[in-house]
Amino acid sequence: MEAKQYIGEGWKHAILIIGAIVVMLPFYMMVSMSLKSQQEIQSISGGLIGAQETQTFPVCVKTGYSEETCTMKPYQYNYWFAFEKAPIPRYLMNGVIVTLSIFIIQVLVALPCAYALAKLRFYGREFVFSMVLFCLLIPVHGIALPLYVMLAQAGLVDTYSALILPWTISVFGIFLMRQFFMTVPDELIDAARMDGMGEYAIVWKVMLPTAIPALLAFAIFSVVAHWNDYFWPRMVITGNRDLFTPPLGIREFRGGIDSDEFGPMMASIVTVTVPLIVAFIIAQKRFIEGITLTGMK
Amino acid sequence: MGTISLKNISKSFGSTQVLNNLNVDINDGEFLTLVGPSGCGKSTLLRIIAGLEQQTSGDVLIDNKNVNRVRASERDLAMVFQSYALYPHLTVRKNLETPLRLRDYNAFERLPLIGNFSPSKKEKTESINQLVNKTSDTLKISELLDRKPGQLSGGQRQRVALGRAMVREPVAFLMDEPLSNLDAALRVHMRSELSELHNSLKTTFVYVTHDQAEALTMSSRMAVMIDGNLLQLDTPQEVYDNPSSLSVAQFVGSPKINIFKGTSDSSGTVSFLNVNLKRKSSESNTDLHIGIRPEHLEITNESNENSFSGTVAYRENLGSDIFFHVNIEDGSNKIIVRGLPQFTHQISNGSSVNIKRVSDKALLFNQAGMRVQFTNA
Repeated sequence: MEAKQYIGEGWKHAILIIGAIVVMLPFYMMVSMSLKSQQEIQSISGGLIGAQETQTFPVCVKTGYSEETCTMKPYQYNYWFAFEKAPIPRYLMNGVIVTLSIFIIQVLVALPCAYALAKLRFYGREFVFSMVLFCLLIPVHGIALPLYVMLAQAGLVDTYSALILPWTISVFGIFLMRQFFMTVPDELIDAARMDGMGEYAIVWKVMLPTAIPALLAFAIFSVVAHWNDYFWPRMVITGNRDLFTPPLGIREFRGGIDSDEFGPMMASIVTVTVPLIVAFIIAQKRFIEGITLTGMK
Repeated sequence: MGTISLKNISKSFGSTQVLNNLNVDINDGEFLTLVGPSGCGKSTLLRIIAGLEQQTSGDVLIDNKNVNRVRASERDLAMVFQSYALYPHLTVRKNLETPLRLRDYNAFERLPLIGNFSPSKKEKTESINQLVNKTSDTLKISELLDRKPGQLSGGQRQRVALGRAMVREPVAFLMDEPLSNLDAALRVHMRSELSELHNSLKTTFVYVTHDQAEALTMSSRMAVMIDGNLLQLDTPQEVYDNPSSLSVAQFVGSPKINIFKGTSDSSGTVSFLNVNLKRKSSESNTDLHIGIRPEHLEITNESNENSFSGTVAYRENLGSDIFFHVNIEDGSNKIIVRGLPQFTHQISNGSSVNIKRVSDKALLFNQAGMRVQFTNA
């Protein structure tokens, strides 16, 4: 009986492990290629980290650096050259500014909306909510052009506003928070009213803290979506490199006069993905804490 | 001061009428219980007093001031909820502080960080701390102050909820079934604690419950509500002894009052089964309901014109009393009789018994369920 159980568990794990390998493989390739030299990448040799032989890199020399500066180990070169070639810290900072601004404004809008839709009784509430659901069905790409035209008319193309403004009202956020607020007992809100809180105070001091788990889930959706977004920044950032977000930055390494160099390109991708992965791991821990935090009943 | 008057209060949700023209005057320092089966509108009435719900028509007066247009937070009432409704993310101390902070600090002082620069804030914080400590001492929750509600037991949360209501020293406490989430033993214990608290605070309590036992044990007056109507408002003893209608009689008292079908003849003399009450009703020549409480019936050996017989269907032993569920011979009725253990312990299920009534205890109700008086009581 026990042995059978082990076999059953074993099968499950085998399938999960295969799935995990399929998902992890591109990451493995990315990390591995960011450490190896161009020859090793092209000949698919050298395992995970390659031989790490000190060598002089021709593309570097062509760019105008002295041979001495261009002589180092492949992993050093890949990361050094990635940062040399493109202002990656600037791109990362832009990414942080844009995603955080979007998320904060989304919360500022979505929480009061969700609270009103979940807990206040007013004429037309069901209609407004059905409009929110309706808006969930509209694909972003469908309205991209009118949005762009509007931003262009307002003279906002090539500004942070163009990156942030169109995303500040998240119907998904309103919907998600509304569903969560429905589960918060009415008595808690009544108690807050008896204690003397106004409706806005209730949203920020009572609903927000109880909604931390849902808010974290939303944060992951929102931040990942806008950090990785390539489509929209590509549309509204037409020339100003100072406003490039990380995905636009990666594009800098795509081909060009010097032929493709995969090492520095992968190094830049690693740099761009790491903040997200770290943020996710931290949020995941808080996630579990957040769930245990709710001691409502 | 803490008088509350409700004048002609009606409330309807859409086309459903939940409260019909209620008039209640609650005196200062009174423990008034609103009691009734679930769905009778008692909680709605409490929420109207609190200001959490707006009445469709009628007036609410607190200390003789009309508060129809006054918001819940400005009515200076405190409410204890069934689910306690403590802020789950705040410690007990913060939970207790919240109503005081909102009352005492002004908008500037409530701001994080820069609020601390206000010169009067320190003094206010001091007095808030004192009040919190005083309240937690009274309720014996001082050692819980740094915990969060999730780490407390049901009874402890109940106390914290009480504390949060008490710190503000409101003109009246409103309680919405505060004991119904507790286990039976704790509930009985908290009843006495609440009564003691009421005695020491001498503040008006308005207490909503569906449990008639809570209403009988704690209140100075109880208001029995059924289907949105106030049926009777009186002291618990008076409601129990002298119910105004059949529904009140059936709702108050556990086990339930026994109802017999009876008649009055042309002279008004009332009889049921084979028993003649030898008393006259003010309504003659009609069918009546005769209510007799289980403790006003006793099991007897004699079989005569004052007694009737039946078979014990079920014997409910509570230790101090035994309640016998008896099927009456003619099959018309199932009644409950109280027996004292020392006399009735040998009676078992299925045995046949004679039952007689204690005289002068029967209650008469007409076909419409209204109380009918005896003329020569």
